Amino acid sequence: MNTRKYSKPKQYLISIALILFTTLLCFFIKNTVGYKIIALILLMAVSITAMLFEILPVLISAILSGLILNYFFIQPYFSFKIDNEEDILLFIVYLLIALVNAVLTSQIRKEESKARDKEEKENTIKLYNILLNSLSHELRTPISAIIGAVDTLKEYKDKLSQHNQIELLDQIELASIRLNRQVENLLNMSRLETGFFKLNLDWCDTNELIFSILQKFSLIKTHVFQFEPVENLPYFKYDRGLMEQVLENIIHNALNYTPPNTVIKIEALHAAEKLKIVISDNGNGIPSNELHTVFEKFYRLPNTKTGGSGLGLSIVKGFVEAHHGSIIAENNPTTGAKFTIEVPAEASYLNNLTNE
Amino acid sequence: MNKAEILIIDDEPQIRKLLEINLESNDYKVWQASTAKEGILLAANHPPELILLDIGLPDKSGHEVLKELRTWYNQSIIILSVLNNEADIVLALDNGATDYLTKPFRTAELLARIRSAIRRNSTPNNSSIIVCGDLEIDLTARIIKKSNEILKLTSTEYQLLVMLAKNEGRVLTHQYILKEIWGVGYQTETQYLRVFIGTLRKKIENNPNQPSHIITESGVGYRFV
Repeated sequence: MNTRKYSKPKQYLISIALILFTTLLCFFIKNTVGYKIIALILLMAVSITAMLFEILPVLISAILSGLILNYFFIQPYFSFKIDNEEDILLFIVYLLIALVNAVLTSQIRKEESKARDKEEKENTIKLYNILLNSLSHELRTPISAIIGAVDTLKEYKDKLSQHNQIELLDQIELASIRLNRQVENLLNMSRLETGFFKLNLDWCDTNELIFSILQKFSLIKTHVFQFEPVENLPYFKYDRGLMEQVLENIIHNALNYTPPNTVIKIEALHAAEKLKIVISDNGNGIPSNELHTVFEKFYRLPNTKTGGSGLGLSIVKGFVEAHHGSIIAENNPTTGAKFTIEVPAEASYLNNLTNE
Repeated sequence: MNKAEILIIDDEPQIRKLLEINLESNDYKVWQASTAKEGILLAANHPPELILLDIGLPDKSGHEVLKELRTWYNQSIIILSVLNNEADIVLALDNGATDYLTKPFRTAELLARIRSAIRRNSTPNNSSIIVCGDLEIDLTARIIKKSNEILKLTSTEYQLLVMLAKNEGRVLTHQYILKEIWGVGYQTETQYLRVFIGTLRKKIENNPNQPSHIITESGVGYRFV
């Protein structure tokens, strides 16, 4: 149980209230059950507080219940005096059990929380290791490609055909672009983690944004892009730079995880006070048991080719959520994956008025 | 023909070397400085046609250097920086930078920006006809022609186009354009700007979805090329 659920004053209040309530209950049944049973019932109430709260409120309820037992239920009633020796023993044993109960439970909980902390720390270390492994792999691969290509060009320039020289230069270019993207992703991740960014909200022409992104991918011939702009789509207020990253990362993801000739389709529409952008493809889709994990940090689909850091989609989610929006990954009924982004955004139909 | 002179102020020797090779093989004369102090001194002793200025200098922020240079230097200054956040870019442009490129940049892009910045230095601003690709703007007759056909523009569209064209190659920030065309108090009304850029593109671009004249600089402004 988690003691952090209740504030300190609340813990005192609830434990005292519980004891008083139990006392009231016992008052009604004291003639049928006798005071020894009542002692057990009160002890149970103390045990309940011990399970819920920190040590101090529990100690107070232990002592309070002991005094109540003595005052109301042990003869002579309404006095702290005890005549009978057996009753004195009962009272002392009661207090002892209540106090030991309080201390032991609190100690057990302390151990539990220590174990939990340790587990959390181990998980952090595990995550950190995954990060380092993934990072060193994702950074070193393109660096190796660059160094290798440069070495080859320097050493064997005379033996290489013109075609192969250009091929090597292309490899250097690709590797550098990939490195740059990894750095960009890392920077974005750390911006998200530290919360060190402010939304730069401004009116955006979403169709224009998508066209400009597609222009960046215009060199890619392995996949087919489809975008039919909705005429009269209003302007929306959002952070254009972040939205650009969101869409680019999803498209990169689709390029990495779908076979050649896959069609990547983008739609942008105004639905229920929200900007809705859907990016779907007709590739192989995402295994259904993995759908809920794709946005997790460092998550990579098992048995897929390399090329990602596992950061792209978690950044996407972070940026969408920074806009108070949502993103869902699902599979199309026929084939392929589908990402749906919904961002609540102010819309302006000013663009559809004829000007002047 | 005299070679145009370019001053590089950047503390990274690798970047300076790269720029030097590129610029010299494109017939520019190159001067180099690795600190703000050295750069300002060189610029003062021997004003170049263009300065390539890094923002992250060891002794002073490039923003400061820019402000200092702008008190007397009115040729082009292109900022080269690893920082690509929009606020930083807008700040540099507001401080008088002609243009802004983030590292890593592509060489062809840099050379194109340099050419257009130097051209801006040398073309007198009072010419009454601006020609840009297939576009021709006659400022006295207030006539815009695209491939020799006269375009019909509204008066705001005309003002906007003229302003962009007069600053060819240069990024104009949203705030700047709004203030100049719509006046003080409209600086945040970017939706007006979007509307007019949209209609203007439909009239002057061959493919308004892949504009070749009015280029969007995400979160910053527009550039006319």
